[in-house]
Amino acid sequence: MAQVTLNQVRKVYPNGAEALEPSTFTIPDGELCVLVGPSGCGKSTMLRMVAGLEDITEGEISIGDRIVNDIDPADRNIAMVFQNYALYPHMTVARNMGYGLKNRGMDKGQIAAKVREAAEMLNLTEFLDRRPSQLSGGQRQRVAMGRAIVREPDLFLFDEPLSNLDAKLRNQMRIEIRALQRRLGTTAMYVTHDQVEAMTMADRIIVLSNGHIEQIGTPNEIYEHPASTFVASFMGAPPMNLLEADAAQGRVTLKNGEVVPQASVNGHAGAVTVGIRPEDIMPSPQGDLTLDVDIIEELGAQRLLHGQMGGQAFSVAVPKDQEASTGEMRLALKPNAVHLFDADQGRRLG
Amino acid sequence: MADITDTNVHTTTSATTRRPKRIRWDHIGDHAVLIAGALLMLVPVYMVFATSSWDAITVHREGMQFGFGDQLVENYNAALLEYGGFTDSVNGLTMLGNSLILGLGFAIGKIIVGMMAAYAIVYFRLKFATLAFWMIFTTLLLPLEVRILPSYEVISWMNLGNTYTGLIVPLIASATATFFFRQFFRSIPEELIEAARIDGAGPVKFFIDILVPLSKTMIAAMFIIMFVFGWNQYLWPTLITTDESLFTLVRGIRQIVQSYADGSETPDYGQAAALAIIAMTPPVLIVVFFQNWFVKGLTESDK
Ligand SMILES: Nc1ncnc2c1ncn2[C@@H]1O[C@H](COP(=O)(O)OP(=O)(O)OP(=O)(O)O)[C@@H](O)[C@H]1O
Ligand SMILES: [Mg+2]
Repeated sequence: MAQVTLNQVRKVYPNGAEALEPSTFTIPDGELCVLVGPSGCGKSTMLRMVAGLEDITEGEISIGDRIVNDIDPADRNIAMVFQNYALYPHMTVARNMGYGLKNRGMDKGQIAAKVREAAEMLNLTEFLDRRPSQLSGGQRQRVAMGRAIVREPDLFLFDEPLSNLDAKLRNQMRIEIRALQRRLGTTAMYVTHDQVEAMTMADRIIVLSNGHIEQIGTPNEIYEHPASTFVASFMGAPPMNLLEADAAQGRVTLKNGEVVPQASVNGHAGAVTVGIRPEDIMPSPQGDLTLDVDIIEELGAQRLLHGQMGGQAFSVAVPKDQEASTGEMRLALKPNAVHLFDADQGRRLG
Repeated sequence: MADITDTNVHTTTSATTRRPKRIRWDHIGDHAVLIAGALLMLVPVYMVFATSSWDAITVHREGMQFGFGDQLVENYNAALLEYGGFTDSVNGLTMLGNSLILGLGFAIGKIIVGMMAAYAIVYFRLKFATLAFWMIFTTLLLPLEVRILPSYEVISWMNLGNTYTGLIVPLIASATATFFFRQFFRSIPEELIEAARIDGAGPVKFFIDILVPLSKTMIAAMFIIMFVFGWNQYLWPTLITTDESLFTLVRGIRQIVQSYADGSETPDYGQAAALAIIAMTPPVLIVVFFQNWFVKGLTESDK
């Protein structure tokens, strides 16, 4: 068990590309921390530096109370689960899981016992003598998990472990991994670009964009108080609506002249970006805002109404039992629905 | 019992009522070409085999034979067991043994050297890895025949003439195996290597526990190619071995016919043919037995 600390960690690849700007954060012992962000933002780079598979350009990484910069991956007492499983194709499931222990010089009986225990936990007992090629994708993923568990590591590292699975299996494995991690109480770093995975699994989310950390927080904090327009639009599905607006005399006015209620600008004046989640606004005849609906998208449990608000794209989610039609409609905000960001930097205001 | 007869009846009826297959004329063309090709390859082999059952005089008078004679057993016996050559120190079995040593030594040596070289080039950050690879690669353009004189110089300077070492080692030094293994290693996913690193497999363990088993089919394919290649070597063994007890089969065949050129006696054609058949058999057997592996190794990888 261990906490993980990154102190001003930076990564520049030999070709000169800065994949990670100096980053500092701590993951408390036993937490599952999700690194999320679009493709190429440096998630894998960060994870691989913690694993020791990639050199650290600057800064320090510690696992527990040990600085691991110069420690070999095998000696960091970590376990990693890869996207394409990376199982040894020529070894049986049991040997795959026991290989790391064997290399540590553990005796055969002990290895077999540990492998059996992990296999039971993961419902793999009947497959122990099979080769990876004789397993389904989900089973292979479990074997990869098993290989990580038997080592009893201080830290689990997951690099998009579920992205090769179909949607249904992904949901199931997501829950299983989460439950397993809770039960073992092992600290974990989990990389994904799927914001649903991030929201549902994480104790703490780190949102990365273009090599820098946009925000660190619990799923709730990230959802309720996105620190920037990037986080606001990346986290949450359907994504938050972002509208250009002007702030003057304590009021925020859209391009079509409508005043956005609830918006408190604290003396800020000039161009701002207004963020409203599609689920935080609802049709209401007395509403302050006008939406011109073009398209209605049926999602089953809810409908998405897409249209224009003051000439800018805007979406509203309504429950399935609410009638909807194209054309003009009035909208009212739910409480605390408005997020304000400055227009240049996209930073949160207030 | 009733069940069994029942099913029998079913299968026969379904077989008889099946519509006759239509003849596909384009397939007939294809097959004609294939059959002609096969005959072209096989008829000479058959003729050698048939000839190997005749006595020397008949062959000398009437040439290669199509039918079978009565000397089959005698010829093979003589070819395998009768000592010949100037010094009477070598028979077919010794030559068979020598050929095996050359074929196996060459194939195994080449695979070991090739794999290790490829391992070094692919997995270690060497200063001049690319340069080294291209230097090794250019040796593909320099098979033994091209560098035969300097090689001979070196071997005789090292006093390795008439030794198995001298016979095998110079042949091993070329790039084919290195090249194939390099391509294969590069196709192994990076993540597998990283998983092994995290699992605490050092360079030697990784090589033995992961790389060698993964390369199994590749090794088998290499082995077949190299064995046959080594087995069929003629020029280098001729040059480097003067001691008849080191003669290989391929050389031995010539030795029998050689006596004709010397004008000393009628060459023993029947025996030569028998020896040729014996020389052909092991490579054929190896290819037949390992062809599954062979195809697998060249076309797919076990990943
Ligand atoms: N070996 C490398 N050499 C040079 N640049 C690299 C290397 N590996 C990654 N990069 C660059 O570093 C940046 C971050 O890469 P990284 O693999 O960490 O992205 P990621 O967030 O994991 O993306 P994805 O979701 O697609 O896996 C990318 O711009 C990538 O092009
Ligand atoms: Mg990645």
